[in-house]
Amino acid sequence: MLGAEAIAQGAIDGGMSGVYAYPGTPSTEITEYVQNSKLAKERNIHSKWSANEKTAMESALGMSYAGKRSMVCMKHVGLNVAADPFINSAITGVNGGMLVTVADDPSMHSSQNEQDSRYYGKFALIPVLEPANQQEAYDMAHDGFEMSEKFGVPIMIRITTRLSHSRYGVMPKPRLDENKGTLPNDPKQFILLPALARKKYKKLVELQDDFVNASETSLYNTYIDGKDKSLGIIACGIAYNYVIENYEGGKCPYPLVKIGQYPLPKNMIEKLKSECAKILVFEEGYPIVEEMLKGFFDAGYEIKGRLDGTLPRDGELNPSLTAKALGFEAKEEMPVPSMLANRPPMLCTGCSHRDVYDALNEAMKEIGDKRVFSDIGCYTLGALPPFNAINSCVDMGASITMAKGAADAGLVPSVAVIGDSTFTHSGITGLLDAVNEKSPITVIISDNSTTAMTGGQDSTGTGKLDKICLGVGVEPEHIRILNPVPKMHDEMVKVLKEELAYNGVSVVIAERECIQTLGKKKKHKAE
Amino acid sequence: MKKDIILSGVGGQGILSVAAVIGMAALESNLFVKQAEVHGMSQRGGAVQSHLRISSEEIASDLIPNGSADMILSVEPMEALRYLPFLSKDGWVITNTTPYVNIPDYPEMDELMKQYDAIPNVIKVNADEIAKQLGSPRSSNIVIIGAAAPHLDIPFENLENGIRKIFGRKGDKIIDKNLEALRAGRDAAQN
Repeated sequence: MLGAEAIAQGAIDGGMSGVYAYPGTPSTEITEYVQNSKLAKERNIHSKWSANEKTAMESALGMSYAGKRSMVCMKHVGLNVAADPFINSAITGVNGGMLVTVADDPSMHSSQNEQDSRYYGKFALIPVLEPANQQEAYDMAHDGFEMSEKFGVPIMIRITTRLSHSRYGVMPKPRLDENKGTLPNDPKQFILLPALARKKYKKLVELQDDFVNASETSLYNTYIDGKDKSLGIIACGIAYNYVIENYEGGKCPYPLVKIGQYPLPKNMIEKLKSECAKILVFEEGYPIVEEMLKGFFDAGYEIKGRLDGTLPRDGELNPSLTAKALGFEAKEEMPVPSMLANRPPMLCTGCSHRDVYDALNEAMKEIGDKRVFSDIGCYTLGALPPFNAINSCVDMGASITMAKGAADAGLVPSVAVIGDSTFTHSGITGLLDAVNEKSPITVIISDNSTTAMTGGQDSTGTGKLDKICLGVGVEPEHIRILNPVPKMHDEMVKVLKEELAYNGVSVVIAERECIQTLGKKKKHKAE
Repeated sequence: MKKDIILSGVGGQGILSVAAVIGMAALESNLFVKQAEVHGMSQRGGAVQSHLRISSEEIASDLIPNGSADMILSVEPMEALRYLPFLSKDGWVITNTTPYVNIPDYPEMDELMKQYDAIPNVIKVNADEIAKQLGSPRSSNIVIIGAAAPHLDIPFENLENGIRKIFGRKGDKIIDKNLEALRAGRDAAQN
C-alpha cells in the first residue's frame, strides 16, 4: 500500500464517516482511495471533492460537530488556504474525532515551497503524528480519531511526499463502527465570541502538558538505547528509515529517540542529552526540532543537523545524505554523462492549453510582453518553451488578483490565465474585486473541465463557469466562450484582441476537455 | 537476498506496470517489497523513476542509497544513464535501445550509446522492435522485464504469475500478449 492509501484505509477502518479534500500532490491519493473503496461505498462514507481546502476543513469540522469522525486532507500549501478554520478548530475543539492530514513536499517535487506543517501543528497547539512507515501511517489514522476524541482537539497527521508515494505491506486492525452521531454537550462549544474564545483558549493551553505526557508514553516515540554514547540521535518520521538503513539489521550503535508524535517527549530527550556527548537531529522538512533544542543561547551543548551544515538546510533527506552525516564514507558513484538532456514535464500533445497560449501569444504581440499573470495547474507549463507565455505563478487564484493590482498600478491591459478548478478554488472572490472596480483586466479561464495536474479529478465548476462569472457581475457581452482547437486559432486571436482592448473586466472561457480524461473515458467505454 | 532496482523511463511508458509486475512476483516469492514512485508533475512526458527494493529481510529506507543499486532497468536509453550514480560497482544496466524523443536537444544516438561502453554490465535490447513484432507495441516495458529476468533472482514462473495478476482485469488476450513479451525479452537478452 502507498503511504497515502494506508492512511485512507486506516481512517476507514477507524470508523471515519467522511473525508474532505481538494486535490494536491502528494495528498491526492488519500481521498481517491476512499472514493474507490468498496467498504467506503457500502458505508456511504463521504468522499466527494471540495472546492478548496478551506471549505474542506470547515466541512470536516461540521461533521465532527455532528458527532461523527471526519478527516480533511491536503498538501502543505493547502493548509495555508485552510489556516483560519484549522487554527480555530483547535480552540472550538471537536465533538467527533477529526484528523487533519497534511502531505508536505520537501524538495518541491510538485510545489511552490517546502514549508513544514509541523509548525502549523505547534502554532495551533495540537498534537501532530508523523509516521515513519506505511504501517504507522495506517495505525495513526486508525487510532487518531480516538485520540482526537480523548483530548477534544483535532489531531494532525503529517507525512511527506516520499512516504505518501512509497509502497509497503500493511497489517490491518479491527474494523470499527462509525460514530452514531451526537450533538455537542455544550451548545456554545463552537461559538468563538471573544468572551467564550478566551476561556476555550485557556483550556487549550492547559491541555499542553497532557499532550507532552501523551508523547512520553506514545507507541510512536521510542528510546532505543545504544552502546556508543559519543552521539545521540533524534530521528523524526521517515528520517528514521534512512538512519537505520546504514546499520546491519537496523541496529544503530548510538542511543536513538524515534519521534512519531509531537509535542516532543521532554523526558526522553532530556535522557538522551544526559547520556550522550552531542545530539544529531534527522528530520524531513524544516529544522524545527533542531531549533527547539538549540534555543536562542545555544546552551553550551552541541546540537547537529540542518542548521550547522551536517545535513543540507533545504531539500529532502535520503539514505546517502544520512550516511554522510553519520560519518560513513561515500560509496563509489558513476557520474551522470554530461551529454544528457533534461526532460522537463510538458503540456500533452493535443492539450487545449497549447491552443490557448498560441492564440494569446499572437494577440499579445502588439501589446507587449511581461503582463500575463498565471496560476497553478498544468497551464503553468506555459512558462516553459516553446510558449514562454506567462510571468507569474504564486498561489491558487493569484493570477486574477495580481492582474488587478498590476492594472491598478497602470499596467493596462493586464491578463490572467487560470484553470477552471483553480478559478473555483480561489479565483471567484478576486474576480468580484475586479468587477467592483471595473479593473481593465482580461481573465482567460482555460477550462479543461477537470483538475488535470493531479490526475484528472472532478472540477467543482464544470458547466457553470459562465454563470458564475455572470453572477459575480461580469458584463454578459464580455464573457466570451472559445473553442480552443488549432483550426479556430484566428477566431481566438480576434476575440482575445477585442477583449484586451476593452477597458473593463473581460472573461474569456476557452472550453475543451482535458485529452487525458477524455482518453480515459473512451478507454473505459471500450472496456 | 537483496535486489535494489532503479526503474526509469518517460512518463507514459509503463514504469509503474514494470514495478507492479516485479513487485507482485517478489511477493509470490515471499520476499519483502518496498517501492517509491513518482506522481504528479513528472507525469507530463517528463523523466520518471521509481525505486524498487526487494529483500528477504525487512526493508528500512524507501530510497536506494547512491552507489548500491543492483540494477537499473530502463524503458528508455537516455533515462537509464541519468541514474548511474545509484548503480553499484557490479550492478547491471538493462535498457531499451529505442529512444523516446520528445525534446529538441535529444543527444545524438551513436554518442549516447557510446556512453554504455563505460558500464561493466549492460544488456541492451530493442524492446520496441520486439514488442512490435509480437503485434503488441505497448508491451515494450514487459520485454525489458524479460531481459532482466536472469538477474532478478526471482523464478521466471513467478514473473509470469505477476503478469497474470497485474493484468488479470484486462482479459486473457492482454495477459497472453504480455507473457509473450516477457519470454521474448528473456530470449533476446540471452542471445
